[in-house]
Amino acid sequence: MERVENRVFIQSRTTLLTTGYVVGVCLLLTCLLASVALGVADIAPLDVYRALVSPDGSTEHLIIRTVRLPRSITALLVGSAVAVAGAIMQGLTRNPLADPGILGINSGAALAVVISVFLFDAASLDVYAGFALVGAAIAAVTVYGLGSLGRGGLTPLNLTIAGAALTALVSSLTTGILILSQRTLEEIRFWLAGSVAGRDIELVIQVIPYLLGGLILGLALGKQLTTLSLGDSVAKGLGQKTVWIKVLAAISVVLLAGGSVAIAGPIGFIGLIDPLFVRIWTGAAYRWNLPYSALCGAILLLLADIVARLVIQPQELPVGLVMPLLGAPLFIYLIRSRVRR
Amino acid sequence: MQKTKSSPFPWLVLRTQVLSARLDRRVPKVLLAIGMVTLAAMVWSVGQGEYPVPPLDVVRTVLGLPTATSDYGFIVNTLRLPRTLVAWGVGMALAIAGTITQGMSRNPIAAPSIIGVNAGASLAAVSLIVVFPGVPIAFLPFAAFMGALTVAVLIYLLAWNGGTSPVRLILVGVGFSLVAGALTNLMVTFGNIYDVSQALVWLIGSVYGRSWAQVLAFAPWLIVFGLFSLVLSRELNALQMGDDLARSLGSRLEWQRGLLSFSAVALAGSAVATAGGIGFVGLMAPHIARQLVGPSHEGLLPTAALTGGMVVVVADLIGRLLFAPIELPCGIITAVVGAPYFLYLLIRDRK
Amino acid sequence: MIDPALTARKLTLAYDSKPIIEGLDLAIPAGKITVLVGPNGCGKSTLLKGLGRLLKPQQGFVYLDSTSIFKLPTKTVAKQLGLLPQGPTAPEGLTVRELVAQGRYPYQNWLQQWSEEDEKEVETALTITELQAFAERPVDSLSGGQRQRAWIAMTLAQNTQILLLDEPTTFLDLAHQIEVLDLLYDLNQKEGRTIVMVLHELNQACRYGDHLIAMKDGDVYAQGKPDTVMTKTLVQEVFGLECRIVDDPVAGTPLCIPVGRKVLGIV
Repeated sequence: MERVENRVFIQSRTTLLTTGYVVGVCLLLTCLLASVALGVADIAPLDVYRALVSPDGSTEHLIIRTVRLPRSITALLVGSAVAVAGAIMQGLTRNPLADPGILGINSGAALAVVISVFLFDAASLDVYAGFALVGAAIAAVTVYGLGSLGRGGLTPLNLTIAGAALTALVSSLTTGILILSQRTLEEIRFWLAGSVAGRDIELVIQVIPYLLGGLILGLALGKQLTTLSLGDSVAKGLGQKTVWIKVLAAISVVLLAGGSVAIAGPIGFIGLIDPLFVRIWTGAAYRWNLPYSALCGAILLLLADIVARLVIQPQELPVGLVMPLLGAPLFIYLIRSRVRR
Repeated sequence: MQKTKSSPFPWLVLRTQVLSARLDRRVPKVLLAIGMVTLAAMVWSVGQGEYPVPPLDVVRTVLGLPTATSDYGFIVNTLRLPRTLVAWGVGMALAIAGTITQGMSRNPIAAPSIIGVNAGASLAAVSLIVVFPGVPIAFLPFAAFMGALTVAVLIYLLAWNGGTSPVRLILVGVGFSLVAGALTNLMVTFGNIYDVSQALVWLIGSVYGRSWAQVLAFAPWLIVFGLFSLVLSRELNALQMGDDLARSLGSRLEWQRGLLSFSAVALAGSAVATAGGIGFVGLMAPHIARQLVGPSHEGLLPTAALTGGMVVVVADLIGRLLFAPIELPCGIITAVVGAPYFLYLLIRDRK
Repeated sequence: MIDPALTARKLTLAYDSKPIIEGLDLAIPAGKITVLVGPNGCGKSTLLKGLGRLLKPQQGFVYLDSTSIFKLPTKTVAKQLGLLPQGPTAPEGLTVRELVAQGRYPYQNWLQQWSEEDEKEVETALTITELQAFAERPVDSLSGGQRQRAWIAMTLAQNTQILLLDEPTTFLDLAHQIEVLDLLYDLNQKEGRTIVMVLHELNQACRYGDHLIAMKDGDVYAQGKPDTVMTKTLVQEVFGLECRIVDDPVAGTPLCIPVGRKVLGIV
């Protein structure tokens, strides 16, 4: 009797989650449309469609194709990438406060870019992108290395502590350089705030392989991550090669977070808040959690970007600053209602 | 009738008619050692600068005795001494706040910054510098302190849900730090570049140019709340055992947590208001002290305090020596030295 | 019966508005060892916490000497009632002596932080639990049994007439379990302290308990002397386990021998 009920339950849950995902994708497309349509000059949805399918060289269509569309796609990609990176990190560190910002990856990338401007006079987003990726990779390797030196090896606690220490260290160095060189500060501060505006589609295309690679790797690791979240001993007992999985997960995170920072600068907070929302809906099973995180992250960033564009028209706010402001009240509400102990 | 007896205990016991207390035997020796290092660093630091002053003369000038060569009075007593004293005081305050935060949250990586104090103070100070550059610098500490207090109160209120819990306090603190951080970043991104540079120096923490005015403004906070915290060390001991045990021992949990939080906020807030967001001291000092004298707070608090004071004084000294005559803010040194040291400590002692 | 040590009246205890115990009436006999038994999730720990004023009841009262325990100042209660929760953790590096000294908290204040009485009580506690040799060692360096003894020493230093212990023997090996239980038995016999503990092991409960309280689904299913309470029917109905009850050949108290599928030959 119980067995039949369980099967029905599982089936209905899968159906629920799948339907939810489809609904989510529709929501995403709507947001995408809104993101392209809304702005300093609002454009009707029909025009958006025409611009994509049969462009006629008009200014409007030009704006859509060269400005709005790249921006929206960037927001979509970066949003999903950062959210998935955050979810993976939360799984690895078993710490709901983990996100690329906390583990030092954002700061590492930022420091690399600041150094590039300070020492090498780097001036374009392309160059920043390269340094950012390298910085993120170095930071990730360092955090991993430091984290595994602790007794007990690469435990969640050690990883978190290593990340927190590295972040503090690196951001002080960054601030130090910015204090020493006002020129650097001037050049780089907008980038540091995190934004998806004005991103050249060429650049986005260059980074897509990294993002997609990280995304596919991450999603493929979903089931393994769920097993890993049961604890190292249990996972090893089940035959999982935990070290390999952790390394692969780290690579995925670097590709995702590094790629995002490369395009859009350090955008924190999505990786923090998004997985928390998603977990309420899907639970901690990564098979569902990760795709949903990607979806949610994309929607969040698109919406935040729309707000960033519209809120003090015609001036624009960097989306990296708008998001914490929007998200924090929600975060605090979540804590009040869900955290008991 | 005063009795100081060395019992078979590893403690020193003081007992009078009205008063009785115990202290780990290691504490006086450790305090003395740290005190001497701090004093040496302070003398060196005061002697250091564009017009170097030999150490002996530093001591003589401070004590008001005549010196062989010129009159060092102004340089030593007006310029450099207050600065070093501020460094010392701020270090002590941050260390005590850190010890309280770690004890209350039972978390070894807790630091005063997580209770949102830094975030609130930074936001207020940066706003003042960037948005109202006309306002005189003298208002900065006050604004920073009000910012710290406001955020701390908000955090406490928002984390209150029929009672507080260490986890909720931390999480809400993190949330607030993120918001304040974003707002601060907003100003850094869009403000006037010169003002922003100034704001950054404040953010990272520096004792440059601190005068007697700051010493006198800050000292009462340190003394009052430092002593207050010392008296509450027993309560911290109880809280450290866990909520259930603390309650079963008869601790008025919420009340004690409130008092301790208040003390931590007052100390951290006034410190940050005086010298900016000097990082890692509140995190490092309690750990170092714990290695030296153990986890009992009667001895831990004063030891951590002196350790913190020493760290900031030494950091300030290094900051001034390293690329002399360029001065690095001591906040950078504490972070650059503090982070690896902290990692080393934690790695070495993971049980 | 003599005046009960603790009484619960119409006690309702809940976590997050989900009631675990509703409208319970209970009296804990003074000077006896009372053992709470029951399956996982029946509310034993919750009840213990409620009795120890750690959990505020949604409804109902807990009386200590005919005064509601929540009306009394918490320090006053702490001088009469001590509670050792399950799996307590000491701060890293804390020595045994420092841990035991914590037990003197309710007797201390701002001015009197370490009186002669405090010192005496700590010494006595260390002596009773035979931990003097370990006094300066960190608690986390001790074996499981010694560590638990140190915690009990702490509650001893608290010098309370009533001791509540939540699963004091779980995670200990058999020898240490008996060591701890014998210690508690001594305290009860020699000093007449009232002891209330939650135990998983039914047979130990029968051997050491004067008064057994069997709980199921948040309610008292049966209570009384082990001879009367521990029956085949009770074990079947409360634990869902078929067993035989015989007399313990060593202690003479009821011994529950589970049957199980292996014995019945059912695969």
